[in-house]
Amino acid sequence: MSAYLISMATFVGFFMILALALNLQWGMTGMVNFGIAGFYALGAYTSGLLSVKLGWPVGITIAMSCVTGLIAGGLVALLSMRLREDYLAIVTLGFGEIVRLIALNEDQITEGPRGLKIDARPFADMFDRETYPLVYLGLVALAVAVVFVIVECIRRSPMGRTLRAIREDDVVAEVLGKNVLRHRIQVFALGGAFMGLAGALYAHYVQNISPEVFMPMVAIFIWMSVIVGGAGNNWGLLLGAGVVMTILEGSRFMGDFIDFLDAEQLSAIRIIVIGVLLIAILRVRPRGLIPEPKFSFAAASTDQERQPSIENAK
Amino acid sequence: MSMPASAQSAAASMPDIVLSGTGLSRSFGGVHAVADMSFELRQNSITGLIGPNGAGKSTLFNLVSGVDKPKQGTVILNGKDVSGLDAYKRARLGMIRTFQLSREFGRLTVLENLMLSPQLQLGEQLLPLFLRPAAVKSNDRDVYQRACEVLKISRLEKLRDEYAVNLSGGQKKLLELARTLMIDCDVILLDEPGAGVNPALMSTLTDMIVDLNRNHGKTFFIVEHDMDMVARLCDPVIVMAEGSRLIEGSFDVIREDKRVIEAYLGGSLDG
Repeated sequence: MSAYLISMATFVGFFMILALALNLQWGMTGMVNFGIAGFYALGAYTSGLLSVKLGWPVGITIAMSCVTGLIAGGLVALLSMRLREDYLAIVTLGFGEIVRLIALNEDQITEGPRGLKIDARPFADMFDRETYPLVYLGLVALAVAVVFVIVECIRRSPMGRTLRAIREDDVVAEVLGKNVLRHRIQVFALGGAFMGLAGALYAHYVQNISPEVFMPMVAIFIWMSVIVGGAGNNWGLLLGAGVVMTILEGSRFMGDFIDFLDAEQLSAIRIIVIGVLLIAILRVRPRGLIPEPKFSFAAASTDQERQPSIENAK
Repeated sequence: MSMPASAQSAAASMPDIVLSGTGLSRSFGGVHAVADMSFELRQNSITGLIGPNGAGKSTLFNLVSGVDKPKQGTVILNGKDVSGLDAYKRARLGMIRTFQLSREFGRLTVLENLMLSPQLQLGEQLLPLFLRPAAVKSNDRDVYQRACEVLKISRLEKLRDEYAVNLSGGQKKLLELARTLMIDCDVILLDEPGAGVNPALMSTLTDMIVDLNRNHGKTFFIVEHDMDMVARLCDPVIVMAEGSRLIEGSFDVIREDKRVIEAYLGGSLDG
């Protein structure tokens, strides 16, 4: 059971990194991204392929995943720069599907649906099989912490202020002299890099990646995490990622209590339960579990860490 | 572009003119919203722009500020042709505008609305943010000081931590004007600053405009339907009808002009 919990916590970590990236792009800047699975897959396959085919060291392949995510994110933002929000949704959804379909069909490189086996794992020879999952969890936690600090620093900074202004009204931000396009490209590229990182960490954890994992549904779960947790609030979405993952996994055990349903019916009911619970949460807390904190200059200028609390919610 | 070279050099050689537009045209479908419109703003003037609904005033503002691109015509700001530049570049060259329906950043507080306005803040760039945090912090403190002064001038102090979306219509207008105070600019385009503003706020608003104009050398271009405000503030006044300039002169002159009366009556009958 504890092995199961460690594995679940590791997956929550991947979710958290993806959610932080989405919060940077959408929660803070208002840029819709439905192609999260694509960036995630790109990261996973970049690191996996470089490691399997070229034998590069794991540290470097993971870094390369960030670079590909960065470039892909920047390019998507640049190509769709004249598009309004809803069109960006379509473009990103399309991008995600393109990545997945390439991974599926270019099977001479990616092994297609059979899945790519990845042997390399960071620090694998330094620990035994029993403790290694815990070490990997620590590694993922470290990655979450680094991404969190970067995104939170941006949120509190003058740049975060400008990003939120772009989210509220990009035309006004532009006539005030803000280079909206440049900020959007930066944010999308940075978010893409984080998603690539999450993908790489995922790939070396499960050691067997195949395209069907990277369905658009992944994006939906991450969106749920951000919305449930509280868009614009980095603490909130850490909680959101945990809640969504718990609901996802917890609903697996429903079968133990409901014995008159077969497996197929159960899996359908699971999705329904997830939906109902999320609606219930949002009925009670429309801006998420921990909403975006109100800015006060005193809090930002002193060095003491002030966690936004529920009382900050307006 | 379509402008004769002689006119361009004339505009550039006249330091007296801060902002000018020549032969500006823009149509939507078959409607000529702005047709061959020209204007000049004298340094340190408050120029009014009036005309019936649909005369093309807001469209003209869009063309001048770069929110929309003209089919033809040039815009010259401080002697520099800015016709091809994006809106944010024009803003950085010293031209700021407001909108007819106030567009505040709703989910940002009043203080934040002000603090984000100064251009090219160090902390807006990704690398300095992480490499020079101390400089970013002290920079932001200066911006904060400035914002506090502006809050005082605009009498928005009590609302500093309120979300802008919760302000009244008049307060939003005030906030928009206050935002321009945070920026080092030469020309301020105001699109109906007095619309929906109660008399008390109105006098704060006009006081601010007069103060900025007299004591800080700002040039204003103001679209306004409130004729009392136009009479008090604006000289000269440009009257626009059907997309082009009908007449320009002091308020007393244009008030007596027959064509202006006709344009307004015709406009109101159509509308």
